[in-house]
This record gives sequence, structure tokens and C-alpha cells, in this order.
Amino acid sequence: MKRISGLRIREMVKKELRQLLRDPRARGVLFVAPIIQLVMFGYAVNTDIRNTATFVVDQDQSSESRRLIDVLTATGYFEIVGRSQGPADLVRALDRSEALIGLEIPRGFARDLSAGRTAKVQIVLDGTESNSATVAQGYAQRIVQRFSLERAAELGLVPEGGVDLRVRAWYNPNLESRVYNVPAVVAVLIMLMCLMLTALAVVRERELGTLDQLMVSPLTAEELMLSKTLPVAAIGLVDLVLISLVAVVWFDVPIRGFPPSLLLAAVLYILAGLSIGLLISTISRTQQEAFMTMFLFLQPAIILSGFFYPISSMPQIFQWVTLLNPVRHFLEIVRAIFLKGEGLAALWPQYLALTIMAAGVLRLAIIRFPRTVRA
Amino acid sequence: MESAVSVRGLTRHFGEIHAVDGLSFEVTPGELFGIVGPDGAGKTTTLRMLAGVLRPTSGDAVVQGVSVVRDPEGVKHHIAYMSQRFGLYSDLTVRENIDFYADLFLVPRKARAARLERLYQFSGLGPFESRLAGQLSGGMKQKLGLCCALIHEPQIMLLDEPTFGVDPISRRDLWLIVHEMVARGITAVVSTAYLDEAERCDRLALLHRGALLALDTPTAFQQRLAGHIQSLRSDAPRRARDLLEQHPAVRHAVLFGDVIHLTLDDPRHDWPAVRAALEHGGVTILEAGPAEPSLEDVFIHLVGPGGVTHE
Repeated sequence: MKRISGLRIREMVKKELRQLLRDPRARGVLFVAPIIQLVMFGYAVNTDIRNTATFVVDQDQSSESRRLIDVLTATGYFEIVGRSQGPADLVRALDRSEALIGLEIPRGFARDLSAGRTAKVQIVLDGTESNSATVAQGYAQRIVQRFSLERAAELGLVPEGGVDLRVRAWYNPNLESRVYNVPAVVAVLIMLMCLMLTALAVVRERELGTLDQLMVSPLTAEELMLSKTLPVAAIGLVDLVLISLVAVVWFDVPIRGFPPSLLLAAVLYILAGLSIGLLISTISRTQQEAFMTMFLFLQPAIILSGFFYPISSMPQIFQWVTLLNPVRHFLEIVRAIFLKGEGLAALWPQYLALTIMAAGVLRLAIIRFPRTVRA
Repeated sequence: MESAVSVRGLTRHFGEIHAVDGLSFEVTPGELFGIVGPDGAGKTTTLRMLAGVLRPTSGDAVVQGVSVVRDPEGVKHHIAYMSQRFGLYSDLTVRENIDFYADLFLVPRKARAARLERLYQFSGLGPFESRLAGQLSGGMKQKLGLCCALIHEPQIMLLDEPTFGVDPISRRDLWLIVHEMVARGITAVVSTAYLDEAERCDRLALLHRGALLALDTPTAFQQRLAGHIQSLRSDAPRRARDLLEQHPAVRHAVLFGDVIHLTLDDPRHDWPAVRAALEHGGVTILEAGPAEPSLEDVFIHLVGPGGVTHE
């Protein structure tokens, strides 16, 4: 075993950083793009329901029906975009996408209520926007339910038996999607950064012909590997801190957990990302190939991470596949530390999974890498 | 005296292809040793094996006392290897590139200034010190490559077609640097497909299909055909060459511009008949006479026509 020279690694790392940080555009990609993406996810990717376009068909025209409509709009979730007395107008409004949700109050609504009978109200949804529609439906249902309970109490009627369901969202009481999304952006951005910088840095040297030149210098493959990954790891950690700061300061995402445990998870996660990047570099001859291979991995990794789509609703086989996905484990850790304030005690399975993955892929990279850089 | 490079039965196969096949030669210290041969002769493969980056299939080479088979990493401390297209970091400046290679070889800071100054002097790169390598011309890039390769003052430099695709002025500069290094006692092994450059070498190894065809000094090579070359100028050079190639007494006929060099076994005996055949074919001879053989004449004679790169 040859000795690894710290001096040579230091000079290599200095060169890498110089190359990475020289180009203003590259600096932008490294430090500004993450912030922009974060802001985008923070503001634009919003699954919250606010001011949902609502069409009201009030055939009852009573004080009771108006009161129900007032209750609905007062929450801020629904905005009346049109009123009518004919159900045909509602159909037209939905067809033209002028409204996402329709509320139909039939004749006799007030009469039924005062007589103590169950009054009927119909909600119609535009199912093509299934995400928003489902959420809106949930809100509307709860509002109508509360209205009916209040009415019953006013009339001194006690609902027969029945269950009074009160929903409370813990950790994120207002169910703001931003609080949920922003920590996830951290995970995806750091993975992207690690893969891209590592894979491209190595393959670029191969393309330039400098890899050949490095191999006739006393620089060993191990030194090369270390000097390609250390700067990326450093940048990854800087990005993590940067993104976390913006998340906390700008978006009011709480960090309820112990920040160092987040850092520990990030180190493991970055290690896994770097190793995957190195592996990609061993199977790609050009930067283009490296890029394509990278997305071949990244796309499924994001979809199967639980970022947008809950893992629990995936088919069983895909749920198993997600166990091999470092993004999934890191995402769970990040969300739990940010929002739930959990620590190693509760998250050890995720930490363990990340550790095993990082160690495994790193081992593979260490075996493959020296072989492929030598001719 | 012990050889600077000692090649013994060096062989490298790539699957079915025998890129280098049982090559043996010795390079003495301080020598400017040339490896010539047509494309695909095995020049690059040989140099890569000498540099310790390619493992021989069999055989061995001892470079500055270190075996490339037993200690390929150990070889790297003694050599500078420059491939056909030297890899430079286009996003680093001239100075940063040189410094980087100096760092890799752990060249002490104190020794750098003097070396840098000398390299700048020969390469003319001094004024471009802070220019990005990507913005240099092709010849300048190659000169920078050579400077990077030489900054650690190797005992042996292995240069693989260093002037490939470089303009004539830069080529001259590159050779100036090489000669300067050799004058300082460094051993050079240089491959080239340009025969006018090969004449600069102390000795030449002619490679063909991975094997050593001949090894001699350029003058000795030329002597081999002394008295066999006839030069002639005519009003229809191409037609004359075609006629000559069909003539049984003519070994080779090569066109240099409008002058034809033809190799004859016995010019005194054969020339009158050849001349008559040309005139019979309608070619008017403007000028003819015996000529000094060039390296190209000799190599075409040894390898066969079409085997050597023409300029």
C-alpha cells in the first residue's frame, strides 16, 4: 500500500476549489440556485387551499342558506365566483373551469332545519384537479359539519349518539405545505449537488485528457478520489447550512430537533451521494453520459422518496424499493428533525440505513474507481 | 554505463491485436532517442508502458533503474510523460497549471522560481502567465503542456508526438525546449511521425506493426540507401510516377512536390533503361541526377510505400 500524501491532496483540493469557485456562473449554481429553488418550493409549490373558486347555487334563498354560505367564505378557503338559482349554471361554471367547487343548497333547506329534519346540501368538485379538489372537499365537509352541529345546539337538539370528530394536525397545525416541502428541498438539492459535482469533476478530467496526465504523476487513485470528494462534501455542508438558515429565517420553518443530529445525517447522506457520483464517473466516458446516468438515478430517487407522493400509498413492491433510496431516509430524518423535534432515539433505523448505504456504495466506488482511472 | 531505459521483450496485446510485440532496445543516459513509425506501429502503446500507466502483457522495461512491471508507481517519480494532446485545465491560468503540476510532484517552493524562469524563457509563455489555458493557441497549449511536464525536472522525458498538429514556429520552439533539456543531461524518448524531426534524434528506432524494424543513427539510416537514389524533375510528375511504379527495376518512386525520388538497386545499370521507358511514355525529363537519400526514402524502402506519414 502506497502512502497517501496529505500535501498532494491539499494541493489537489485547492485546485478543485479554485476551478469550482472561479467561474461566476458556477458560483451561482452552487450557492444561489439552491436558494432560488428553495424560494420556489416555498412559495410556488403550494398544495394549500386558499380562495378556492366556488360557485353557489342557492335555491332556498333563506337566511339559513345565506348563513351557511357566510360561514363557508369566512374561513378564507373559499371565494364565491358566481351565484345562481339554477343548477345548469353550476355545470357551466365547472365546465369552463371558472369554479373548482360548487355548493348546491336545495329548496326546503331552512324548512328542514327548523323542523329538525336532516337538511341536504350538495358539493360538486372538479375532479381533474384531484389534489386541490380533495383538499377543498375535506375543508368544505368540516365546515358544513360544524355548521350543522352549531345549528343543532342552537335549537337545543342533541344529535343522536354519533361521533364528534375533531381533527388536529400536530407538528404543523395549519397544515401548511411549505413547512412540509421546504425541508424536503434540502434533501433533493444536496443529492443533486453531490452527484453532479463528483461525477462531472472526474469525467471532465477524463475528457480533457488531464486524467491521463494525473495518472503519470505520483498522485494515486486514492488521493485522486479523496481530492475529488472532499471539496464537494464541504460545499454540500455549506449548502445545507445555507438552505436551513433561509428555511428558518425566511419561511419560519421551525427546527425543533437538535441541529447537530441533522448535521450527522447530512454527513452520511453526502457520503452516499458522493459515492454514487464516483460510481457514475466510473461508467461514464463523457460528461453527457454522466449527466444522463445521473438523471436516470435521480428521477426515480426523488419520486420514490416521499417528497411529493406518500410512500405508504405506493404498491408494496415499490415501498420495498424505497428502502434502498437514500433520499427517502434522509427526507424522513430531515422532516422529523425540523418539524417533530425527534432525535437519534426515534430515527435510528433511518440513520442505520443511511450508514449502511453510504458504507456499501463507498466500498463499491473504492473498488471500481482505481481500476477505471488506470488504463 | 547503465542504460537510462532498457526494454526487454516488451509486449502488449489488446485482445487479438498485438499492439507491441517483443520489443527490445536500450537508451543510454542523456540520449535523444526517437521512435518513428507509421500510425498504429505501437509508438503510443510503448511510451505508455514506459510511463507505467499501461501494464505490459509480457516482457519488461527498466526506466531509471525501476521496473515498470514490478513498480509502475515508482517509475512516475523519475519521468515526465507528455501525451499527444497534453491535458491542461482550461479554466486555470498558465501559471496555475504549472504550479499545479509542481505541487503534484511536491517541487519545493524555493526551486520553482528559477525553473519557471527558464521554462518561460524557452517557451515564450512568460507574458501569458495569467491567461487562462483555454484561451491559448494550439501550439502554445502544447508548449505549456511541456512546461507542466518538465517542472519537476525529471531524469527522463517520454514525449508522444509532442508536435502533433502544431504550427511550424511552435514546433521549432518545442524542439528548442527538448534540446535544452537534453543538453542539461536529461534523457529523452520522443515519438514522431514527422521524419524531418526524426533527423534531430541521436538514434532512431523504426517501429512497424509493433515490432522493431531497425535501430540506427539517422546518418547510418541514410547511408543504407546511398547511391541508390535517383532524383528527377519532369513536365508530368504524376504520370511519370505512375510509369515508374510499374517499371520492374524501380523499387520505389515517391513524389516530393514536383520532384520524384526513385530507388534503384543499381542506378548505373538500370537508369538508362528507366529513362528510356519514361520518354517512350511521353514524359519529358527536365532534370535528373543522383540524390542524397532522405530518411523518408529509407523508411519507405524498409516499411513499404504508404506506411509513413507524408508532410
